[in-house]
Amino acid sequence: MNFSQEATVWSCSSCGGELSLIKVGFTYMKGNFEVDLPACSACGLVLVPESLALGKMAEAERILEDK
Amino acid sequence: MEKNELVAWENKCIQEESPECTSACPLHVNAKLFLKEIQKGDWDAAYKVLNKTMPFPGILGRICDHPCEERCKRGPVGGPIAIGALERLCVERYTGKKRVQLLPRKDHRIAVLGAGLAGVTAAWDLLKKGFIVSVFEPGDRLGGSLWDLPEQLLPREVIIEELSILETMMADIRLGIKLDKVLFEQLCEEYEAVILDRDSLRGIDLSLKLDNDGLIATSPATGATGRDGVFAGGGTRFRGGFSPVMETLEGRKPALSIERLMQKVGLEFGRENEGPCTTRLFTSLEGIDPLPRVVAADSVKGFTEQEALLEAKRCIQCECMECVKKCLYLERYKGYPKKYAREIFNNERILLGAARHYNVFVNSCSTCGLCETVCPNDFYMGDLCLEARRTMVDQKFMPPSLHEFALQDMAHSNGELFSLCRHEPGKTESAWLFFPSCQLCGTTPGEVVSSYRYLRDRLSGGVGILLHCCGAPAFWAGREDLFKEALDDIRAAWAEMGKPRIITACSTCLNIFQEHVPEMKPVSLWDIILQVGIPDSACAHGITGNTVGVVDPCVTRHNPVDQKGIRRILKALGIQIEELPLSGEMPECCGYGGLMYNANPALARDVVARRTTASDNDYLAYCAMCRDNFASAGKRVSHLIEHLFPAVTGGDPAARSWTSWSERRANRGRVKEMILRDLGEREEAQAEEYEKLKLTISPDVMKRIDARRILQEDIRKVIFHGETSGKKMRSRQNGSYLAYLQPGNVTFWVEYSPEGDGFTVLNAYCHRMNIVGIMQ
Repeated sequence: MNFSQEATVWSCSSCGGELSLIKVGFTYMKGNFEVDLPACSACGLVLVPESLALGKMAEAERILEDK
Repeated sequence: MEKNELVAWENKCIQEESPECTSACPLHVNAKLFLKEIQKGDWDAAYKVLNKTMPFPGILGRICDHPCEERCKRGPVGGPIAIGALERLCVERYTGKKRVQLLPRKDHRIAVLGAGLAGVTAAWDLLKKGFIVSVFEPGDRLGGSLWDLPEQLLPREVIIEELSILETMMADIRLGIKLDKVLFEQLCEEYEAVILDRDSLRGIDLSLKLDNDGLIATSPATGATGRDGVFAGGGTRFRGGFSPVMETLEGRKPALSIERLMQKVGLEFGRENEGPCTTRLFTSLEGIDPLPRVVAADSVKGFTEQEALLEAKRCIQCECMECVKKCLYLERYKGYPKKYAREIFNNERILLGAARHYNVFVNSCSTCGLCETVCPNDFYMGDLCLEARRTMVDQKFMPPSLHEFALQDMAHSNGELFSLCRHEPGKTESAWLFFPSCQLCGTTPGEVVSSYRYLRDRLSGGVGILLHCCGAPAFWAGREDLFKEALDDIRAAWAEMGKPRIITACSTCLNIFQEHVPEMKPVSLWDIILQVGIPDSACAHGITGNTVGVVDPCVTRHNPVDQKGIRRILKALGIQIEELPLSGEMPECCGYGGLMYNANPALARDVVARRTTASDNDYLAYCAMCRDNFASAGKRVSHLIEHLFPAVTGGDPAARSWTSWSERRANRGRVKEMILRDLGEREEAQAEEYEKLKLTISPDVMKRIDARRILQEDIRKVIFHGETSGKKMRSRQNGSYLAYLQPGNVTFWVEYSPEGDGFTVLNAYCHRMNIVGIMQ
């Protein structure tokens, strides 16, 4: 999945900077993941797009919960 | 679940029991599968089905006296399937190889004396199992009395061809042998076991005990003669007439006994169902078209293939599936309770690291009990699933997402924003204690408060109030700890109030109290109303055509008294009643029960959607969640309390929309506030800063975020965080903001834009995965 489109739509309101695709870490039920997501490298703000939260991420949550 | 519990559960479901045809067949030929293959036009597969169980299918397929037909369930609806005639056609048209799978050769040598149908069957069975078999026959050919059957029924070349299979199975065949006592004694010495075909040996003295028919006496279960290693069978023609299929069984039985003897296991153990037996399988004939039996145009030649296909298609493929036919949940997982019990058992034994695929299944059952009502054997999935949920909680593999929202909702009801226990204003004693239920307060706060005022007017001795959740969500979630805590709180409050009689307006609360706190002697609000009189405020407003389909809640299944009471109230209000198909003892759940809506929201939506199609009339519910769930599915539905204690007269309660989870909580708070006001008390609630944010949410967005179980409280927290910390993103497209926050286990995302002195919520979504942050 490529979220470069989202990266151009949103900007960091805190510093006014651009978002760029950066490796973002996630953890859930002893599982660790890294995903390239739009994020503000200066402020640490990350963007989890709706499509990711309701799609692949929800799927991964369910799989981990069943382990 | 322990192994013995699994066995008990499995035994309760009868779906895998043999159909009548197979049970009636002495050989247990799978006639259902045989007919299914013909229905598909696969005659070779049909032949294979026969070949699996029948010895010499070419012979038996032609001459079988088909006792299966007598017990065929098709009998009363058009006449039994002509299984015998179909078998005949099947073996007649079979031109493929006649294969018999032999097991590895064993060292045991067995002698068969007499080669009638029983004798050759015994030889066939033993050879298949790998034994070394010698057949001794006085005549010059195998088959005995088979040769006496009419040529037209059993052509001679078929006898020869079929029996020659024994040679390919490596039988040692000796013809023209004089069968007498000398030979018998000699064979008893040389062979490990001997089988006697009584059809060929009648009248020959072997010094064995005889029965009344002059046949060698045997144990009916095993064919044992009383002499070690000597078994006998056959001779049905001397006992009421030759039955080819019983004669075959007569050969099969001693063969199986010999196998057991050689394996040194008990001869008799577990053989009760050998031969014709009864079956527990239930098959409903409801809706089966009574198609008459197909008659062959040429009665001499029998069925053509076309006729046979038509006849086979009359087979209804007997099975039970009564519960699966009624329950969308059981249907959706493509099995039936016996299979599900096994899956649940296995699910509890998954090795660490592997996926437990049945977690959601276990937690999707609404526990409504419709399965138990329709099951001929009272299988209740609810008990099975609730027990499994408790195990999941105990063994710590209950997925946290499945119940968290529901348990948080329960915690809200039992927290300071709703929970309350007071005597009636101005009184210090309570003869009664009104327990309106958290979900009813959540959907009809004004009506609940009016009903409380009514109870205070009509009942003497003081009517106290107890606002609390009965603990049902914890019970359904398998959380015995939380359930006990809720009930302990209620029991303590009830005792503190002087043990008054509990009045509840919710069927689930009533059910929970009756089952778990019977000493409270709970009674329903509707029952009290019938006793003390319909309230003056009652009106039948807003009902289309003045007729309603009454939606009985699933928990009233075993409470016909309350169900009748509701109908009496409706009649008193002048409302016409339509009885829906799933009413009385047949109601299905609305999707709330068992927390189905929480563990499997898509299924819960489908269950309700299906139920809305049962009638075009408005529905009338007397369970808060039924009302809200039907309303959410777009059905015109009102709650009884909206007619008994209407906020306004002449309104249209059935037009009232669905209720969001946020509204439910706000409404509960409102009930508490109104009751405290009546008591002259005031809640000094300290509102958090974020709670003061003004939100505008369109109905579309509201519906979407509610389905995602996002509360307005969560949204306020996120926006407050974004606005006060500045940690938010801004859209270059429309200037809206996006902020996120993880107040508990869930991270909420809200897209919003400032509007006036508040905010318009454009979207919200959430996930449970924790954000660690940017990786270096």
